[in-house]
This record gives sequence, structure tokens and C-alpha cells, in this order.
Amino acid sequence: MSILRKLMVAAALSAAMFATAAHAENVKIALVVKSLGNGFFDAANKGAQEAAKELGDVEVIYTGPTKATAEAQIEVINALIAQKVNAIAISANDADALVPALKKAMERGITVISWDSGVAPEGRQVHLNPSDTNLIGETIIKLAADYLPEGGDVAILSASSTATNQNAWIEAAKKALPEKFPKINLVATVYGDDDSAKSTDEAKGLLKSYPNLKAIIAPTTVGVVAAAQVVTDENLIGKVNVTGLALPSEFKKFIDNGASQAVALWNPIDLGYSAVYLAHDLAVKKMEAKPGAKLSIGRVGEVTLDDTNSAPMAAPFTFDKKNIEEFSKIY
Amino acid sequence: MSATDITPTPRRIPDRLDKPFRSAILSWEALLVAVAVTIFIVNSFASPYFLDVWSLSDLTFNFTEKGLIALAMALLIISGEIDLSVAAIIALASTLMGMAAQVGVDTPGVLLIGVGTGLVCGAFNGLLVTGLGLPSIVVTIGTMSLFRGTAFIILGDQAYKGYPASFAFFGQGYVWWVFSFELALFAIAAVVYWFVLHRTSFGRRIFAIGNNAVAAQFSGVRVGRIKFILFCLTGLMSGIAAVLITSRLGSTRPSIAQGYELEVITMVVLGGVSILGGAGSILGVVLAALIMGLVTFGLGLLNVPGIVMSIFIGLLLIMVIALPILWDRFGRRRRLA
Repeated sequence: MSILRKLMVAAALSAAMFATAAHAENVKIALVVKSLGNGFFDAANKGAQEAAKELGDVEVIYTGPTKATAEAQIEVINALIAQKVNAIAISANDADALVPALKKAMERGITVISWDSGVAPEGRQVHLNPSDTNLIGETIIKLAADYLPEGGDVAILSASSTATNQNAWIEAAKKALPEKFPKINLVATVYGDDDSAKSTDEAKGLLKSYPNLKAIIAPTTVGVVAAAQVVTDENLIGKVNVTGLALPSEFKKFIDNGASQAVALWNPIDLGYSAVYLAHDLAVKKMEAKPGAKLSIGRVGEVTLDDTNSAPMAAPFTFDKKNIEEFSKIY
Repeated sequence: MSATDITPTPRRIPDRLDKPFRSAILSWEALLVAVAVTIFIVNSFASPYFLDVWSLSDLTFNFTEKGLIALAMALLIISGEIDLSVAAIIALASTLMGMAAQVGVDTPGVLLIGVGTGLVCGAFNGLLVTGLGLPSIVVTIGTMSLFRGTAFIILGDQAYKGYPASFAFFGQGYVWWVFSFELALFAIAAVVYWFVLHRTSFGRRIFAIGNNAVAAQFSGVRVGRIKFILFCLTGLMSGIAAVLITSRLGSTRPSIAQGYELEVITMVVLGGVSILGGAGSILGVVLAALIMGLVTFGLGLLNVPGIVMSIFIGLLLIMVIALPILWDRFGRRRRLA
């Protein structure tokens, strides 16, 4: 009945869509994300489309499951294998569970790379990290140091004390301190457990214990908002600068009110752009992915593969008064 | 509505007397076949990649594991009970298999542990429901958290890898040409379940319990024991599904098979099994599994976003549930006029 008619219309439409797509004989690159409806990944798709336009002969298929599970992503991968796409660039929900499905894709001649959230080495040719530990560690200190020409006391408000990522970044930050930022004095590291209430309490505690504190560095999106709110509420804007890793959309008001000068995070647009660029070069130009290889990522620069064939894209991207407006609309 | 509507051949006893639409169960399956064929044809027109033996073979992986559980779940729902813990059983069984593989247990052992865990979990559910007389929906919501929680405690945010190489056959191997082991197993299981439900006295008793457990009890049917067996069967099928998924993914995380219970129940209901118990058929469930596979794969080929797929499945489900009710109403109005 009407359902049937709808189906027919849908079929006709998609057949028409296919007819036009087939005409161009494009290189089909699938940008597979953890789940659809996520601003971060929609922004990555923007970058991917930009790369497609620049490369000319590329058609980007932006897809992903609704549920962020490995099983759902495998169904997507199977559908892409059936469509005989040229390349799959995936942000994985599970580093291991996707390996058999992606291996099958590679056996059938499809170029596979992972980006953002990686796949185990045997399941992909290249992995593109948004950044790497040392770059992040250095960036979070630099964000504070840039606005402290005279130096001074800073403190770190982290996520939980067992968070692998944060601990590695803080370790790298401590390593960079004596050589690159001799005037910066790290007085304390406290843990807010990525919980708004606890982070707020910890930030208040820092301000009480260290009256000379010049900056709070929070390498977590939850902590950085809590700290900025505390600085705003206690009228310390201009005295204490809050910085760290933050989502522009959540953090815009604190850049606007001056509680923070600048924060950083990976730029998803660049990430999507670079992933498509890499996938294209591997699939079309048959570039070889091997440790030590240098691969171009267009306007973002160049990456060098390490011994597991993965590479960091760039240092975290800085958001300040000049660009926060633009990025807060994206993610 | 009255019994005079039904003039069965001597050996065909309708499952239920109060639903003319469902008593005409043949036309229900005919409808499902029509839906499946329509979707198949639409898919072949919509995507040039659909009619490819390997595409069709890949398609079957979208429903075989859930379909296996749906077969046992159908029996359980017909008997008036439900098991919401099936996906959690998969998680626990997969985790224990991973532990075993880690300490060097070989494929037959891993297999046994997976299937055995499923059976034990099912028996545990059955014991709580039949032994203590608790409602199955409450019990299995509880065990859902219990089983998956245990898996999380054992594994945390880690993953088990390193299954024996021969273990990959169950989820990735092919019996012959494009026919995967999973598909073959599903086909055999479907025949077995069809026989048990529709051709044995055990099957008739399941219907009897679903329609009126008290009357069945007074007629000499051992209601508790049959329900217990059905819970064990559902657990067993979940254990088998756990083996297949674990083998297909080649790894275990405690979040494995998240949300499968609802997809399994969707298949069962879509297959025409009454959610209130007492009516349904294995053929319907098999067709429903096939339809779900065709829809998800077909829409996947068109790169339709997953959320649209969920909407589509939801609409299909509502349509399928609403249709018999509208049919009844329509029929009644006509009779009144």
C-alpha cells in the first residue's frame, strides 16, 4: 500500500542517485565514524569534504552506526565492502573486534586506515593520531606560559588519578617544564575525577591553598569548565588564567568573559581532511605504508609513520578570542 | 469471534480461539514472505551491489547470531515468559571463553566453556523464575546486570585477544562456497525448533501454558519443568551465539553484543509471536530474522544513516503489531454493518 509506494519512491530515488554517481567514476572513500549525530564527527566530515574537493576525483561516503558499538560498525564495514569502495577511513569503537572485518576488506583490495580512535596494526595500513603525548604535554604548559611572560605558579586539575591519557600528558608536561619553560613553577596536581562537583571543589581548594596561583591547567573538558566557573564566581578573572583542553562550544563563554585566554583541542576538521588525504594517496597513488615513510596530508603538512605505522597529525589546535566564535558552532 | 468461525481439519487445533487474524496464521506468514520479497526486489533495484553472492553471504551475518537466540526466545515468549538477559549472557560467556583461551585452553575447550556458561546462566534464570515463582521480566532485568556486571568486573576496560587460530572457523568460516558456518547452523537450528514446536507434544504443551498456565497445570502439564527447560534452551542458544560472535570478532570486551536482547525480541514479535504468549510460529521468526537482515543490509548499501534504519525497523514493528488489531476492528465493524 502506501508503504510499498514509499519504498518504490525510495528505490527510484536511490537508483537515480546512483546513476549520477556512477557517471563520474570517482574514487570512493568511506569516512566511518563511531556513531552518527556527534558534532565532532560532523566537523571531521566537513574537513573530509574539503579534501575531496581539493583532490577532485574523490567521493566521500560519510557513514557510521547509530549505536557506538563494534558489532554495529562491522555491519557498516560489510556494506562498504559490498559497495566496493576504494578506501575506508575509520574511527574505531573497538581496536580489536574490528580487525577480522577490516582484514576482509583489505583482502578484497580496499585501503584501510584508522584515525582518531585506532585499530590494532594488523587491521589497518596506517593510523592517524590526532596528536601525540609529547605534543599535548608541551601544549598545555605553553598555553599557560604564553600569558605569563614573568613566569609564576601554576597547578594542574586532571581527571581521575588512574586516567591513562591524562597521566601520560602530565608526565610529558613535567618533562618539558625544566628545559622549555624554566620560569613556570608547577605547584600541585589535583584530581577532579571528570566530575563537575568534585572538579569545582578541587579548583576552589587550589585557589585557597596557593594564593599566588597564576594559572590552572585542566587537560580534561570537564575540569576546565569547572575551573573557569570557579574563577568567574570568585571574581578572579584577570588574576588566574584557566586553560587546558576544552570543547569550544562548552567553553566559549569563558573565553568571552576573560576567565581564560586560550584553550586547545584537536581540530576535527583537520583530522577528517588529513584522513581522506592519506586514504586517497594510499589507494590511488599506491604510496607504501611502512615505518619511517613520510606521507603528505595536504595543507596540514606531512606525517612520518612510526614502527607501528601510526603517526600524530599535529599539536592540539589553539582556540582564543579570534577563532572561538567560529569553532563553537562546530563542536 | 465465535467458535463457529473456525472449522479446522480434525488434526489442526488452532493455537488460540479469540483472534481470527492470528488463527489464520498462514496468511500472517504469507504477509511476511510478501514483505521479504518486496524488500529483496527493492534492494536489487536500489543498489547494483546487492545481487552479488558474496554481498548476500555477508548479509546473513547481520541476523544469524540474533536469529539463533530468537528461535529459543520465541518458545519462551509463547509460553508467556521472557528473557532480557540474553545479551548479558553472551558477554559473560565470551569473557569466560577469553579467560580460558588466555591460559591456553584449545578450541574444543573454549567452545565447551562458551556453550556451558550459556546453559548455566539460563538454568539460573529458570530456577529463579520457576523455583521462586518470580516474574521473569524482573528476574532477567536483574540477571542482565548481574551477568554483564560480572564480565565488567573480570575484564574492566581491557580486551581478551589471542584465541586459537582454529577458533575463527565458527564465526568466519564457510561450510561450502558462500554458505557460512553461522548460516548452516541457523538453518539446522530452525528446522529442529520448527519440529519441536509444531510437531511434538512438548510443543503443544508450550502453547497450552502460554494460553492458560493454570488450566495447563490442572491438565497434567508440568508447567514449571517446561518453563525451566525453555530458560535453559534460551541460555544455551545465547551461549552458542556467544561462541559465534566471539569467533567473528576475534576478541572479547565486556560491552560485546550490547542491545542484542531488544533486537532478538523485535525479531520474535515481528515474526508474529504474540507478546502475551500462546501463539506464534518458527517459520514467522525465521522470516522476521531474514527481513531484519535484508532491511539493515539494504539500507547499509545505500549508506542510509543508522538512525534512519532504526526508524525503519521501528515502523515495521509498529505496522506488524497494529495490523492484526486493525484487522480485527475492521472485521468487527463489517460484521456489525
